[in-house]
Amino acid sequence: MALCANRERYDMLTLRNISFDVHDGAEGREIIRDVSLAIPDGRLVVVTGPNGGGKSTLARLIMGIEKPTSGTIELNGEDITALSVTERARRGIGFAFQQPVRFKGLRVLDLLRLAAGRDISPADACEYLAAVGLCARDYIQREVNASLSGGELKRVEIATVLARGTALSVFDEPEAGIDLWSFQNLIEVFEGMRRNIHDSSIMIISHQERILNIADEIVVLKDGQVDRQGPKDEILPELIGTPAAVAGCRKTAREVRA
Amino acid sequence: MMELDGIQKRLLEEIADLHGLPDGAYNIRSNSESAGRRSTANVEITPKEEGSGLDIRIKPGTKRESVHIPVVMTKSGLKETVYNDFYIGEDADVVIIAGCGIDNCGMADSEHDGIHRFYVGKNAKVKYVEKHYGSGDGAGKRILNPVTEVYQEEGSTVEMEMAQIKGVDDTERTTTAELAAGAKLVVRERLMTHGCQRALSTYVVNLNGAGSSADVVSRSVARDDSYQRFDAKVIGNAPCSGHTECDSIIMDRGRILAVPGLEANDVDAALVHEAAIGKIAGEQLIKLMTLGLTEQEAEEQIINGFLM
Ligand SMILES: Nc1ncnc2c1ncn2[C@@H]1O[C@H](COP(=O)(O)OP(=O)(O)O)[C@@H](O)[C@H]1O
Ligand SMILES: [Mg+2]
Repeated sequence: MALCANRERYDMLTLRNISFDVHDGAEGREIIRDVSLAIPDGRLVVVTGPNGGGKSTLARLIMGIEKPTSGTIELNGEDITALSVTERARRGIGFAFQQPVRFKGLRVLDLLRLAAGRDISPADACEYLAAVGLCARDYIQREVNASLSGGELKRVEIATVLARGTALSVFDEPEAGIDLWSFQNLIEVFEGMRRNIHDSSIMIISHQERILNIADEIVVLKDGQVDRQGPKDEILPELIGTPAAVAGCRKTAREVRA
Repeated sequence: MMELDGIQKRLLEEIADLHGLPDGAYNIRSNSESAGRRSTANVEITPKEEGSGLDIRIKPGTKRESVHIPVVMTKSGLKETVYNDFYIGEDADVVIIAGCGIDNCGMADSEHDGIHRFYVGKNAKVKYVEKHYGSGDGAGKRILNPVTEVYQEEGSTVEMEMAQIKGVDDTERTTTAELAAGAKLVVRERLMTHGCQRALSTYVVNLNGAGSSADVVSRSVARDDSYQRFDAKVIGNAPCSGHTECDSIIMDRGRILAVPGLEANDVDAALVHEAAIGKIAGEQLIKLMTLGLTEQEAEEQIINGFLM
């Protein structure tokens, strides 16, 4: 391939001028407005910003659940804008939903096997569950149905992404609904992923200072636009001590200072 | 003992997981004749006159024994009505595996109407497993109309697992039960219909004795142009508890009618009905697609899990 001959370095993910409109009745509304963003190889990028700012929508655009009104998405230099969710998953994108769905009849083990793409042993499944603070023996045979609490469901969701071991893993507010004890566990999971990141990349949508703190880069998304982005050491001090990092629904740091 | 051909053997595998002759007591009915029968010290199987069915007597106190009574039909155009009566002695604890497989490659309809009556003695425990299956590409229909009557004495337990997943064109299933004090009935029905199939399932459960309970749960999937009706009636005539549930997925142009029926004739009867019908949730499909499955693979996984 000609591109390979150039030995050009591509970022893991490149968003170019992404916009996304929805139609509320007769009126159109721009939820993502001309966002350009790169997630480099081997980096952990945390996206933060006020609720309703478009973070989940951006993640769904990356996974292919929504298609942009305009702009392109590239994965390792390949234009994936037109690819389906399945095709993107197979090319190495993993996604943990902010609000995971339940399944009647599918067990935790079934879901982890589908995620791993092979018939993993109960012992392997246990490791993914232990990583998210679930006592595996109890959970492996549980149905992913209404009998799981919100926090348990959320942890199973994160475990499915761990089981996939994807090149680009996207987590949408992984901390939501998780108790303090498990939160410590969760931080360790992300720190572990960060240490073994190699050629993969991680994007976490979060409001939590402790997650922001393990980021290489931070992106603040507000009103569907990139408000600020840069290395953690540059962005985090601006956010800390302001309500923005902790309570996303309030104003971001820039507004507070203004 | 009659020899079974390949198709008959395959049907037996489908409906009873049988790869040879079963352990314990059995009767294999093939194209309206007995292809083999065995009684044991505790389980006596005797044919009724003119091959119209069987009397199955299980001695009181019989423990951990099984009875297999599968039916296979491979001749197009056969129509039969069979009466099987089970007399289960007090304190017995047994598993009964029934089931009917029809292979119809011909033009004429094949029909098996099995009427099963269970007389369950005091404190006896019965697990009843019944699978229905159809195959063959003939224009003739595969029709099954099972009637199940259950009479439970005090303290007895009956657990029924009934599944019809493939190939039966038309079915009208009727299950009735009468429960004395402390008796317990648990029903798990699994149903999937395709093409132009039609399946009607009716339950009438009378909770007559104090402390009796019934839990009737149906999970079903209606695809293509098929039609299902789930009609479950629980009547509480004493302090008792009853629960019925119909949980269904519709696909394509499938149609489902769920008819709840609760009747309380005692102030301490606690009866609950739940019904939910809908297509596969889009979010479920998307989640499995984010794991790398195609939409069809995702659909298959969701349905298989649901009908497990
Ligand atoms: N499909 C949609 N149709 C209409 N409005 C939507 C749709 N998806 C998201 N929105 C709206 O877009 C805005 C951004 O939502 P979201 O991406 O969930 O924000 P965040 O994750 O940052 O809280 C919200 O106002 C939300 O109501
Ligand atoms: Mg969100």
